[in-house]
Amino acid sequence: MAKKAIGPVRRTFTPWEDSSAKPFIEFRNVTKRFGDFTAVDNLSLKIYEREFFALLGGSGCGKTTMMRMLAGFESPTEGQILLDGQDMAGVPPYKRPANMMFQSYALFPHMSVEGNIAFGLKQDGMAKADIAARVAEMLRLVKLEPFAKRKPHQLSGGQRQRVALARALAKRPKVLLLDEPLGALDRKLREETQFELMNIQEELKTTFLIVTHDQEEAMTVADRIAVMDAGKIMQVATPAEIYETPNSRFVADFIGDINLMEARVVSTSEDGTVMQAVALGCQIETSQTTTAAVGDTVWYAVRPEKIRIELGETEHAEGTTAVNQTNGEIWDIAYMGDVSIFHSHVGNGNGVSIRSTVANVTRLVERPLTWDDKVTLSWGRDAGVILTN
Amino acid sequence: MRNGPSWFNVTSLVLGFSFLYLPIVLLVVFSFNESRLVTVWGGFSTKWYGELFRNTQLLDAAKVTLEVAFLSASCATVLGTMAALVLNRSGRFPGRSMFSGMIFAPLVMPEVILGLSLLLLFVAIDQSRGFWTIMIAHTTFAMCYVAVVVQSRLVGFDRSIEEAAEDLGSPPLKTFFLITLPLIFPAVVAGWMLAFTLSLDDLVIASFTTGPGATTLPMKIYSQVRLGVTPEINAVCTILVGLVTVGVIAASITTKRREQQRQRDERAAIAQG
Amino acid sequence: MSQSQSKPRRSLGSWALIAVPYLWLLVFFLAPFLIVFKISLSEVAVAIPPYLPAFDLAEGWAGLVDSVSQFSFDNYLWLTEDDLYWKSYLSSVVIATISTFIALLVGYPIAYGMSRAPKAWRATLLMLIILPFWTSFLIRVYAWIGILKNEGLLNQFLLWLGVIDQPLVILNTNIAVYIGIVYSYLPFLVLPLYATLEKLDETLLEAAEDLGCPSWQAFWKITFPLSLPGVVAGCFLVFIPAVGEFVIPDLLGGSNTLMIGKTLWVEFFANRDWPVSSAVAVLLLLLLVVPIVLFQNHQQKLQERQS
Repeated sequence: MAKKAIGPVRRTFTPWEDSSAKPFIEFRNVTKRFGDFTAVDNLSLKIYEREFFALLGGSGCGKTTMMRMLAGFESPTEGQILLDGQDMAGVPPYKRPANMMFQSYALFPHMSVEGNIAFGLKQDGMAKADIAARVAEMLRLVKLEPFAKRKPHQLSGGQRQRVALARALAKRPKVLLLDEPLGALDRKLREETQFELMNIQEELKTTFLIVTHDQEEAMTVADRIAVMDAGKIMQVATPAEIYETPNSRFVADFIGDINLMEARVVSTSEDGTVMQAVALGCQIETSQTTTAAVGDTVWYAVRPEKIRIELGETEHAEGTTAVNQTNGEIWDIAYMGDVSIFHSHVGNGNGVSIRSTVANVTRLVERPLTWDDKVTLSWGRDAGVILTN
Repeated sequence: MRNGPSWFNVTSLVLGFSFLYLPIVLLVVFSFNESRLVTVWGGFSTKWYGELFRNTQLLDAAKVTLEVAFLSASCATVLGTMAALVLNRSGRFPGRSMFSGMIFAPLVMPEVILGLSLLLLFVAIDQSRGFWTIMIAHTTFAMCYVAVVVQSRLVGFDRSIEEAAEDLGSPPLKTFFLITLPLIFPAVVAGWMLAFTLSLDDLVIASFTTGPGATTLPMKIYSQVRLGVTPEINAVCTILVGLVTVGVIAASITTKRREQQRQRDERAAIAQG
Repeated sequence: MSQSQSKPRRSLGSWALIAVPYLWLLVFFLAPFLIVFKISLSEVAVAIPPYLPAFDLAEGWAGLVDSVSQFSFDNYLWLTEDDLYWKSYLSSVVIATISTFIALLVGYPIAYGMSRAPKAWRATLLMLIILPFWTSFLIRVYAWIGILKNEGLLNQFLLWLGVIDQPLVILNTNIAVYIGIVYSYLPFLVLPLYATLEKLDETLLEAAEDLGCPSWQAFWKITFPLSLPGVVAGCFLVFIPAVGEFVIPDLLGGSNTLMIGKTLWVEFFANRDWPVSSAVAVLLLLLLVVPIVLFQNHQQKLQERQS
């Protein structure tokens, strides 16, 4: 069943929803072991042509190993890797139509910018004039024309990054592999470069595979993200889906900030699910259906910005329970500039707290909420997602 | 290391290390030769070692050599450590570049020149030559090696540790003995060992600066080698090689043990924390 | 209280720290050189010491001026006239150059193999390279006599293999000198080379391979050019001491192996011509100044590039 993309769709490019589309890169039951350590565990993944795909995960999750297997620096212990329909087993790195941008950039220190970009072209035995033309084109693409004759140590970090990009793109690879490409840049430059990368990808229409531990980076640049943990893929989806409908507590917790509320299923139907929150003393109603049975313990996950916070507690008549709202008391406020995050104790002081984000639309002095205020926290029927695992 | 060591690398290492070690191994093997001929195996025997210990001239030379080596290594270590501190800590002072030049020059200077020049100095000041002149000569060139070894350790030294000590009320000299010296001690020991073996090995400088009555072991070996190769010399050489090898290996195992212990302690501390 | 030593105001202690090693080196390193230089300008004499004018501080300033007036460059002229010295200088440089080149051919694969060896082995391999350096130079040279002799182990082995039927004459030829120099100074070449190769970023080779360059080509395009600083440093460290070598040409070389260190030794001990041997020493030093200065510059540039 094709899932509907949630939220504003940036492009109408969704080959993964088309069951007849042929994958461009395919990992088939790939396992990679280093001695006793399993870096990649029986993993399958399909990436489509012209896609900007991100492998996201913490260190040691196997994402870099995936990329290195695709580039040919590691060979899978088990399974197959196909690129454009061709099995890559036994093909050495220097014969693969994939080029890599290294995390350290790996620029050749004894060659100029030009020399670095031309290196791969010379390996292909391209004619001199063609090489010069291609190098010029690449320099233009990454806006480094004035620096052609410089050596890598005479460039700034951002410039080096662009040389590495130009060098990897010069051979017009079928796939560009980016290993933590922006990790060494400072925040501002990183954000600029993210957009630049997206523009270049759209211009060249090459398939990009990026490995990153930075979730914001993955969300910004990628068409789809695979969240990895311990050699397995936890979820593959668009950035919006990953954020709005994580499929597990791991993904929910890994991407952004989230409130996880433990709850027991009270009733299920076609129209949705009713749960009793364990610590909150309220009921949770949602239009989402679940496979969990009545009486099962599940987790209801709501993003902080989807929780409304209002001054004053709400009284309820005897015998009725609050639905999708609970009373609390503010015990900490984190002022972040653009937003403030309120931590409120809920559920009669049993240590459970809920975070809610409020945009600072007024100046700080006019803020109506402060420490120790009694507040009401509430959320909509479709604010959160039920997680069973 | 993607594919493990390649056959090329293994071959070049095996050949390279055979080239380095085979001559010494053969030398040791033939010191146990029954035959007088060094190159024809005549059966196993330790008789040359026995003769060695009856050769009083050789034993005297060995005694002189060890005394010179011990004294000159000790002096060179003190002077060399001071020189390293000057190079590393003293900043600018008049004649600094000449100072560092004088430290580094003996490392590349041919021994014949060092020996000749020191001899001419001793002649000029009318100093009779012998044990003490060899000692001074060895101290002079060995201190430069010590200085280089200790200085390389000082380069990576965290000065804020010393500043902390001074901040807590320790005067500079006391700080040196309580803080700096213990921390650079491995390098000082390595420097001493280097100076000791340099002195033990030296033929050229000792030949120039010696006088009657002070013959060192290398000089003795050299004069015998010129007359021909004998198993007796092989035996002397074997003992020297054995001593140095045991010393160096023991020293490096001690350092390694200490380092491993430190790593274990650190891991344990992290595990506790 | 606490005082920074880099400030111009220095305590007595820190002056003493400078003064002690400084004075020692002035007296026992620099002064001897000046004396060598002075004596190289003197005449040989049958006396004790065997040169004129003798250096006598008792005569004071006048004596000094007097002896300066007797200085002559005759010894240097003599060196230019007798072609023994020219040939020795030239032959020293040639022998040192050839030996350095052979040492590079032998040492590069070793250093390369070490740098690609598994991490756990590297410390041991490094120690195995350094260990021979601790054993006596004389002993290591001596060991080769038994191997290279006409009836030596190498010839016995080759005869046994049937490769040759006449023993090769190697000892007392220049070939033996090359072998001796390569053997003795190999660690000096391997160590700096290993240091550069070990620091080489392996991702550079991966990048080359990724861009279509097979690994054997990547060696010549990436590894070798980047190891050049280590090659240069190592070659200097072999070449410089090899030029002034005495023990190796004396024990392994033949009567027609000319090396300047040996010539100096013979001039001094056999001919007792102190002024001429001093002049030889001065010229040897001048000969070495060029490579030494080049080497220093090279090292300095490397350090600057690293920082």
